[in-house]
Amino acid sequence: MVIELRGISKTFKVARRNPGLKKAVKSLFKRQYSIIHALDDVSFTIEDGEMVGYIGPNGAGKSTTIKIMSGILYPDKGECIINGRVPWKDRINHVREIGVVFGQRSQLWWDVPVADSFELIRDIYNIPENKYRRNVKKLVELLDIGDIIKMPTRQLSLGQRMRCEIAASLLHSPKILFLDEPTIGLDAVSKIAVREFIKDINKENKTTVILTTHDTQDIEALTKRIILIGKGRVLLDGNIDDLKLRFNRIKTITIDYAGDLNQLPEGMAYVEKYEGHAVIHIDTVEISVSSAISYLAEKVDITDFTVDTATMDDIVVRLYKEYRL
Amino acid sequence: MKAYISFFRIRFINGLQYRTAAYAGIATQFAWGFMFIMLYQAFYKSNPGIVPMPFDQLSSYIWLQQAFLALYMTWFVNNDIFNLITNGNVSYELCRPLDIYNMWFTKSCAYRLSRAALRCFPILIAAFVLPEPYKLGMPYSWIFAILFIVSMALALIVVVAYCMLVYIFTFYTISPVGARITLVMIADFLSGGLIPLPLLPDWLTKYIDFSPFAAMQNVPFRIYSGNIPADKAALAVLLQVAWAVILVAIGKILMSRALKNVVVQGG
Repeated sequence: MVIELRGISKTFKVARRNPGLKKAVKSLFKRQYSIIHALDDVSFTIEDGEMVGYIGPNGAGKSTTIKIMSGILYPDKGECIINGRVPWKDRINHVREIGVVFGQRSQLWWDVPVADSFELIRDIYNIPENKYRRNVKKLVELLDIGDIIKMPTRQLSLGQRMRCEIAASLLHSPKILFLDEPTIGLDAVSKIAVREFIKDINKENKTTVILTTHDTQDIEALTKRIILIGKGRVLLDGNIDDLKLRFNRIKTITIDYAGDLNQLPEGMAYVEKYEGHAVIHIDTVEISVSSAISYLAEKVDITDFTVDTATMDDIVVRLYKEYRL
Repeated sequence: MKAYISFFRIRFINGLQYRTAAYAGIATQFAWGFMFIMLYQAFYKSNPGIVPMPFDQLSSYIWLQQAFLALYMTWFVNNDIFNLITNGNVSYELCRPLDIYNMWFTKSCAYRLSRAALRCFPILIAAFVLPEPYKLGMPYSWIFAILFIVSMALALIVVVAYCMLVYIFTFYTISPVGARITLVMIADFLSGGLIPLPLLPDWLTKYIDFSPFAAMQNVPFRIYSGNIPADKAALAVLLQVAWAVILVAIGKILMSRALKNVVVQGG
């Protein structure tokens, strides 16, 4: 296996106070700190060439985990071995083999064309010239940034810049790629391009990819396995298909209707209900879809209806609910 | 090594984008240079008896100072590095297979050298053709010229190593303002940035001379015009070497400690 985390914990001390001038002055003399358990006994292993979605609500500890795995932060407790190294102890050798994209940060020089930043990265990683050329050509083609890389970073839109950031993180052909919200700010076309691209490098170069995201379509399109983290703990580590199967018990019916609809039989429940429009969950173990529909058809005049199986969004929402996140 | 050279390259490219800023800088430095020289002339005229530094040497000192302002002024800190720390982009810096201290040291040197290289020549050339005693003279002798160049390089190392301490303190304080103002003001005064050290009272300079501050611009600019005699110049250069080693060592130790406790700002 390439990545192994065992019992990783990390706490931060955070100064906090209530708003207002008076409270601010008071905190000059007496600070109140609280300890935040960003990570609490996090363990998992990831095999070579795997692609894993690392999900959880805001502030769950996703980015902290990524930062520990990339050698930026020292954990308080626990072990982490990646490619046979402890990231924070042997940082320089470790980072040579990984690529990181922080969706909300930039590694490109603000005032110079992107291509100049690429050349700096080439020299930092000591990439041989022919390999560099090959990689740039491929990345430029796949991410469609041929025209963009001649422009200064400051003149790029967020989506254009993100594509360049991703390219910049892959110039040295890393074995492991950490993507911290890589599709932030991308338009639909770019998103699909980036996803296709990540899939490609995972398949072709056997690059291990770990991806944190809030975009459930990213997860659906890219990963087979997800690790759910909440309040600093790993809550679930499993296969997406299993999850879907588990959650597909519940189907969603959306109907537009005329008439009165109040009571629902066992196995059906409102998610939303407005005048003439309702979203209803059906537990297929208790009531079949066809009997649910015939029940509704009997009660009211249906003008339009759809039946949906659980989307990735639903699954994530339900997971968060189930674990009280 | 290639990586470090590359930092210089991208810095120069970066600097070249701001031509207007460079022109404005040159104009400012001229104005300051003339202003200082006029000011000192007034002082020198009012009491010609006791002059600790001949006027022509003073003129050379001031023109060198203005031409190489970007190299030695401690307040000329690299804001990019402060921003990296305060907004959390330091994450990316730590993802590079390079030693952070060496990388920032190089970045700072590149920042100063690129700015100085873009600005120094017009000032130097113009100062050379000014009338006596306001002009920038020739080096005292060719030995002093060599010593001057060696001492310039050492002074840059001392200044950058000192500024590195300011960057490192930012890891602890988050806002760079406090540490920066204190450390920078002390250095500016004690290094001869405001007033050349020979013009300060002797009871003070006899201590300052051994401090890291005297190992900054003070040494090369005074060696140039022969204000420091040969034997003392050698000692001064040795002191520069010593301070360069000490400051870099302190910086490296503090940096490795800071990185153990680093907190990345902004998630």
